[in-house]
Amino acid sequence: MSIESPHVPYASSSFLRLEQLTKRFGGAAAVEDLTLSIDGGEILALLGPSGSGKTTTLRLLAGFEGPDSGRVILEGQDITRVTPVQRRFGMVFQHYALFPHLDVAGNVAFGLRSRDLRGKALAERVGEALRLVDLDGFEERRVSQLSGGQQQRVALARALAPEPRVLLLDEPLSNLDPSLRERTRRELRAMIHRIGITTVLVTHEQEEAFDLGDRVALLADGRLEQVGIPDELYGTPRTPFVAGFVGRSSTLDAIVRRRDDHGIAIEVEGIPWTLASFPREAWNSAVTDRAILVVRPEGVRFVESGPGVLAGEITERRFTGALTLYTMETEGRQTVEVSAHPEAAAVGDRVSVALTGIGAHVFPRAGA
Amino acid sequence: MRQRRRQMLGWALVALLVWLIVYPLTLVLLESVRGADGWTTEFFRQFASRKNEWSALWGSLWISAASVFLAGTIGIPLAFLFARFDFPGRRILSGLVALPAVLPPLVGVIAFLFLYGESGFVSHLVRAVFRLDRPPWRLEGAGAILLVHAYSMYVYFYLFTRAGLARVDGSLLEAAASLGAGRWRTTREVVLPLLRPALTGAALLTFMTSLASFSAPYIFGGGFRVMTTQIVSTRLNGDYSLAMVETAALAALALIGFWVFGRGDRGDVLVATAKGAAPIARRFSSRWTRALTGTAAWVLAVVLLLPHLTLVLVSFVPVGTWTIEAIPPEYSVQNYVALVREPERLRPLLNSLGMATVATLAAVALALAAGILIVRQRVRARGVIETLLALPWAVPGTVFAIAIATAFSVSHPWAGRFLLVGTFWILPLAYLVRSLPITGRGIVAGFRQLDPSLEEAAATLGAGAWRTLVRVTLPLLRPALAAAATLAFVTALGDFVTSIVLYTYDTRPISLEILASLRQSDVGVAAAYGVFLMLASAVVFAVGGERREVGA
Ligand SMILES: Nc1ncnc2c1ncn2[C@@H]1O[C@H](COP(=O)(O)OP(=O)(O)OP(=O)(O)O)[C@@H](O)[C@H]1O
Ligand SMILES: [Mg+2]
Repeated sequence: MSIESPHVPYASSSFLRLEQLTKRFGGAAAVEDLTLSIDGGEILALLGPSGSGKTTTLRLLAGFEGPDSGRVILEGQDITRVTPVQRRFGMVFQHYALFPHLDVAGNVAFGLRSRDLRGKALAERVGEALRLVDLDGFEERRVSQLSGGQQQRVALARALAPEPRVLLLDEPLSNLDPSLRERTRRELRAMIHRIGITTVLVTHEQEEAFDLGDRVALLADGRLEQVGIPDELYGTPRTPFVAGFVGRSSTLDAIVRRRDDHGIAIEVEGIPWTLASFPREAWNSAVTDRAILVVRPEGVRFVESGPGVLAGEITERRFTGALTLYTMETEGRQTVEVSAHPEAAAVGDRVSVALTGIGAHVFPRAGA
Repeated sequence: MRQRRRQMLGWALVALLVWLIVYPLTLVLLESVRGADGWTTEFFRQFASRKNEWSALWGSLWISAASVFLAGTIGIPLAFLFARFDFPGRRILSGLVALPAVLPPLVGVIAFLFLYGESGFVSHLVRAVFRLDRPPWRLEGAGAILLVHAYSMYVYFYLFTRAGLARVDGSLLEAAASLGAGRWRTTREVVLPLLRPALTGAALLTFMTSLASFSAPYIFGGGFRVMTTQIVSTRLNGDYSLAMVETAALAALALIGFWVFGRGDRGDVLVATAKGAAPIARRFSSRWTRALTGTAAWVLAVVLLLPHLTLVLVSFVPVGTWTIEAIPPEYSVQNYVALVREPERLRPLLNSLGMATVATLAAVALALAAGILIVRQRVRARGVIETLLALPWAVPGTVFAIAIATAFSVSHPWAGRFLLVGTFWILPLAYLVRSLPITGRGIVAGFRQLDPSLEEAAATLGAGAWRTLVRVTLPLLRPALAAAATLAFVTALGDFVTSIVLYTYDTRPISLEILASLRQSDVGVAAAYGVFLMLASAVVFAVGGERREVGA
């Protein structure tokens, strides 16, 4: 079984491929039946909540862990049992793992010396790598004398210097303070694109994954929920988890009245709504008419009260600058988040909402 | 006003410590350049012209260097084995490996004598197996000394390396691997450099301990002299001034060693960012390697435990029943009964217990005062106090014994010199000075870890200074106090180096009685004393280990 996005054209001949990887610690699976393909030169972001198996996946890729089953394939070759030393994937660790007893040049040279580079050639390559990250002239600095951002760049230079075939990044920006993070993120993206190296990066921040990743793979509990370009994950989520994790959304109980080629008709608290598009695969095997409606703040709008609208009371108003978010409590005690202009309503107001036609997704209710 | 008094107290403590530590050492230096009529370099010339002085000095130096080498060669690989590999029995064994530490120096030496000496178990065994009519070897000279040193001091390297390895961030090793460095290169270029502070620390400790070592050269030296035994024998010959020069020479050697190794210790602090987890122990992949390592480790454990077992066994051998047999024919608890029943045997026990108690109480009191003045009052003299407390550590015990014997052999109260030699007080005083680094370091560190706001909270609740000390500070300090005090206590209890210079018949401590019993071939009694000291040390290590677990 593979959950390939139709977006990937040559899945079977992809550059790097994980096939049905499973890794258990004790009894619990940290990664389960994970299949993923990465094209040459592509940046794939592994996104997921804490404990979802992102780091474990990366370590399986680097070879620090061996899978209980499944394979890792690089350019058609099975490298599952190849040691990290022979694999030589470039890796940037979450806390950088710079060698504290070596200076910047010593750190960058470490991997080059494994390739038997010495003397002048070595110094030149170290210089090149440092220029790449804008740190030329820092050769003799001690690692402990560098700022967080500089350390991160040294770690990157060290990983890239031996020209690895794959670059692995574990939460590369999480150790930087927020003001530095965004700038570093842009630089990082520009640099990886310039080099054109196949990259897998781990993050638990959606914004980071969307910004850096050509494609994003969303993990939950060690399983792949969905992989695709950011627009797909946001626009056509396949599971309620994806819809809930990516972007803001509210979840409402619903009942399915009719489902055919033209769309799906549901009722929320007795109010009938029709949606033209819905995740068909998810519904093909569904045996229930109980559903959940996941709706984004822009998926609902305030309307005049009347038939066919959901009524409720505003319990919270949050001004965030670009838009204002209102929380409405329905008569059925469910909450809906609505985005609207700042003067649309006030706390305590009785309001009604209707669907806008975008940003609403209906999924079969699991376990019902 | 309060501020003035506080600073005064600080300087008063400095004065006390100078009187206890620096003054006697200075007197030794002075005595070495003072003849019957005025200043003289005569004794130094005497020293320099004698070949045996130079050879003793050289002996001390190379024995210490060789001890560092041997202890490192055993201790470092062992630490790597236990930290990085998993094999059957690893947990139990990693504890047993530290066991040589529970044998006080003299006790370890006599255990080796019973085990590997000419009429020891092992030589008996070898004779029986190969049908020799003479002992296969003599446990004598430099080789014997190095054997004992290697056995007792590899523990420093083992423990320091284990602690160092535990601090190495596992992701550094993974980074090295992902950069294409194999296990060997990673060890050489990443792990060992990170371990450097730990290793120089262990080397320094081993070097200083070997330089100060007295029991092994005294019992096994034979014709081979090192500085410590040379000093004691010169003094025994009544050549006091020459002994002073020798003492000064040994002190100088110690300071040089301290400086050389201390340089490696300082420099850049390589705090390996312990953010990642320490690497987990790897299981040997091949079953054969696992079995082999497991077996080798158990054999090793038995070898390490043989001295302890021998000591216990011999302590049950009644006087005069073991002559030429390979294994003693008779066993009884008679020796232990004798320790308690015979006043002459009980005496040294009570002496040692009493003197060690007095010394420990005084050392703890001084260390507490130092802790309060350094950490809480932050008096101006705090740096000086700390240096003074640590100083005896860098000075071999023999040097201190001679220094104290010199300072307190005359009654010049106006010069701070009192006649204490030949009284009960001289040994507790020596023990006290020698235990100041242990208690000082432990208790001052304990103070540093205390959250000052707890004491401030007590003050805001209306507790006076005294009540805060007794009800808040001391209870919080209890773990540090207990560890420091027990360690100081057992060190004093088993002391041999200073005791042999300063004891009198009435105040003879356990170590001297062990020696006397050995001379009368009363090996069972000697062993029984040894077992007593060994158990006392074991209790201390158990207390220390528990404290570490609670603290973690
Ligand atoms: N070495 C290990 N031993 C035991 N369990 C582990 C080990 N490594 C990971 N796990 C478990 O596997 C699961 C996935 O862990 P992983 O570190 O891959 O998550 P993550 O997605 O990187 O989370 P985070 O965002 O918090 O870093 C967790 O439940 C974790 O407890
Ligand atoms: Mg992680």
